[in-house]
Amino acid sequence: MSNLISLQNDSPSVVQDEWTWVKLPEVQVEARKQAGKVVLFKLTGENSVSASQIADTVIPASGKIILPLRVFIERHSEIANRVAQSEVGVWLATHESLDDLLKNQNDINEFPIVAIFVERFADGRIFSLGNLLRSRYGFKNELRAFGDVLRDQLFFLKRSGFNSFAVRADRSAKDAIAGLHDFSRPYQGAVDDARPAFNRYHRGT
Amino acid sequence: MYKYDEIDQQIVDERVAQYRDQVRRYLAGELTEDEFRPLRLQNGLYIQRHAPMLRIAIPYGLLSAKQLHKLADVAKKYDRGYGHFTTRQNIQLNWPKLENTPDILAELATVEMHAIQTSGNCIRNITTDQFAGIAPDEIVDPRAIAEIIRQWSTFHPEFALLPRKFKIAVSGTQHDRAAVQIHDIGMEFYVDTNNQIAIKVWVGGGLGRTPILGVVVREHLEWQHALTYCEAIIRVYNLHGRRDNAYKARIKILVKALGIEEFRKQIEAEWSHLKDSPNTITTTEMARVAKHFEAMPYENLPAHDASFDAAIASNPVFKAWVKRCVHAHKIPGYRAVTLSLKPHGQPPGDITSEQMHTVADLASEYSFGELRASHEQNLILADVKLSDLLTVWEKARADGLATPNIGLLTDIICCPGGDFCSLANAKSIPIAQAIQTKFDDLDYLHDIGDIELNISGCMNACGHHHVGHIGILGVDKDGSEWYQVTIGGKQGNDASIGTVIGPSFSAEEMPDVVQKIIEVYLKERNADELFIDTARRIGVAPFKAHVYAKEGVGA
Repeated sequence: MSNLISLQNDSPSVVQDEWTWVKLPEVQVEARKQAGKVVLFKLTGENSVSASQIADTVIPASGKIILPLRVFIERHSEIANRVAQSEVGVWLATHESLDDLLKNQNDINEFPIVAIFVERFADGRIFSLGNLLRSRYGFKNELRAFGDVLRDQLFFLKRSGFNSFAVRADRSAKDAIAGLHDFSRPYQGAVDDARPAFNRYHRGT
Repeated sequence: MYKYDEIDQQIVDERVAQYRDQVRRYLAGELTEDEFRPLRLQNGLYIQRHAPMLRIAIPYGLLSAKQLHKLADVAKKYDRGYGHFTTRQNIQLNWPKLENTPDILAELATVEMHAIQTSGNCIRNITTDQFAGIAPDEIVDPRAIAEIIRQWSTFHPEFALLPRKFKIAVSGTQHDRAAVQIHDIGMEFYVDTNNQIAIKVWVGGGLGRTPILGVVVREHLEWQHALTYCEAIIRVYNLHGRRDNAYKARIKILVKALGIEEFRKQIEAEWSHLKDSPNTITTTEMARVAKHFEAMPYENLPAHDASFDAAIASNPVFKAWVKRCVHAHKIPGYRAVTLSLKPHGQPPGDITSEQMHTVADLASEYSFGELRASHEQNLILADVKLSDLLTVWEKARADGLATPNIGLLTDIICCPGGDFCSLANAKSIPIAQAIQTKFDDLDYLHDIGDIELNISGCMNACGHHHVGHIGILGVDKDGSEWYQVTIGGKQGNDASIGTVIGPSFSAEEMPDVVQKIIEVYLKERNADELFIDTARRIGVAPFKAHVYAKEGVGA
């Protein structure tokens, strides 16, 4: 059973995933501690992908693939022709920089999909990244959230420009769909509707 | 005050439904503890020592009589018949049951109230001056913009999960009473040279573990841009604030790390994209919201009232109350009244359901049906006629709401502390009570004069101890409770962070420590000099010398 929600014209449905998520090889990372507590979040801009991880990433020979941003950049020559055939998307984690993506790809709309990996649902950077991709950098295609994606954040993700949600594997995507419509008439303008309530509705004068 | 339209009402109603379902899923085991925590916090629900605690929002401190009656009923029905007003103009119930919280919120929604974003890593309740709209020194009434910011920040999708909590205060007076310099964003409204409303924007203030006063990030911002400028600031913070360490996650740390010049550069770069975007406030929207804050239907009254003057002349107890609890009003013949929630020996900021009903009735009868909560944890009737003051005093006094101690040593700002809060290192309420009991002589309190004593039970600083003229902080040393004392903190335009005077004290020592500090002040003060001015002039050394003097040597 697929756990992918696709949103078309504000109408969500659970769909089959036609993309293969290309993972980075796992590496042993020692838990970092700050003030006695285990560090749960990576710092924005922190370089978290090693050269050997990039080199060791297995890129499937065919099919539609979502590559890690660093792999896309460093091994571009291997997949250039597949990019042209709209078979390549990229994913980045919430601590990675959009500048890196934009510097290395002239037209981000050549990607049929960009995905943001959220390791922990409480990491609200994903909302700003979605917003920037849509409203500043004009990305028009599928924008997917994956990782620790849960029902109670879907409304915010939708409003931040995401239209594809890979709900965490142990939760029901069918149940989660309800979260997309928690509120009918939100106050502020956002990506899904740039007009704030005071411009969207007649609220009197 | 602001009245909901159907859009506002729908949002709080949908919130109740959403939260009810979240509680159901949590109780059914469909949400883990970690997953439920940010959801309940963003609805004001803490899990405390004895029971959950529910923090209910009072946007910019403004309440109607009807709302206060409802709070009284809710406290009676679902709690132990009292509530606690907080230092951010909210109210807390200390003993609700988790299973009842959806029903409590449903009841509150019927009087246009909610608990949205009263905790958690999001934009919190917007706070302001308790005398907004009536203060003689007011330049701009900040309430309309505060309401517009409230709506904009409610479920803001991009800022739903920030690195840490985010507090905004607005102020439109010459003398800051909203503590804008200790907020993540402080907005100071003024009228610019073109006779337009403008905003001086402060950023990066905050107390807590690392107390820092805010800095001005922009001297002049046209009011239309209040929301988009906040979006620029909070976007930079959301992306670059530290999430690796909760103690370094507030925006103040980011501002310090980058330096204000670099921070300003990043904000301006971000804002260049957001300026004039659709969240720019329109004059129509400003007018729509401002209509809710138009002047009350005041009567045309003389500046003096003979019956009031006579009562003052003949009744010294009433006179003492007027001196401390009655404040100037911009309309002749009217005054603002502070009802003290600091009777000696009671937890500061606590109020019973019966008292809530009394206050609500007083507001209905004598103050156009509205009242305010102050960040000093008292209640204010903002529009009382001079000729009604004696009656208001008599009724308030009968219910223990007329302690004439506003601005005095026993008007203590105090967090719930270790009696309730699971974050606390030490109790704070018993310290406040012991000090109030020690200084129970009103003549002596009046002689000491204006002074602010603030107590926090831990370094999260809900009791604002850093900006108390005398600040007391509960600390934990090897499992026992100790108290660190600071002197010279101040809120307001010339805010400052207090200086620690030395090693901490036991709870039993605290009343005498305060006594000794006061002795130094009384000895050193010049004529009418206030405590804070004396403290700033002479520094902490004389206080330290007297407080730590060995028995019989220094004393």
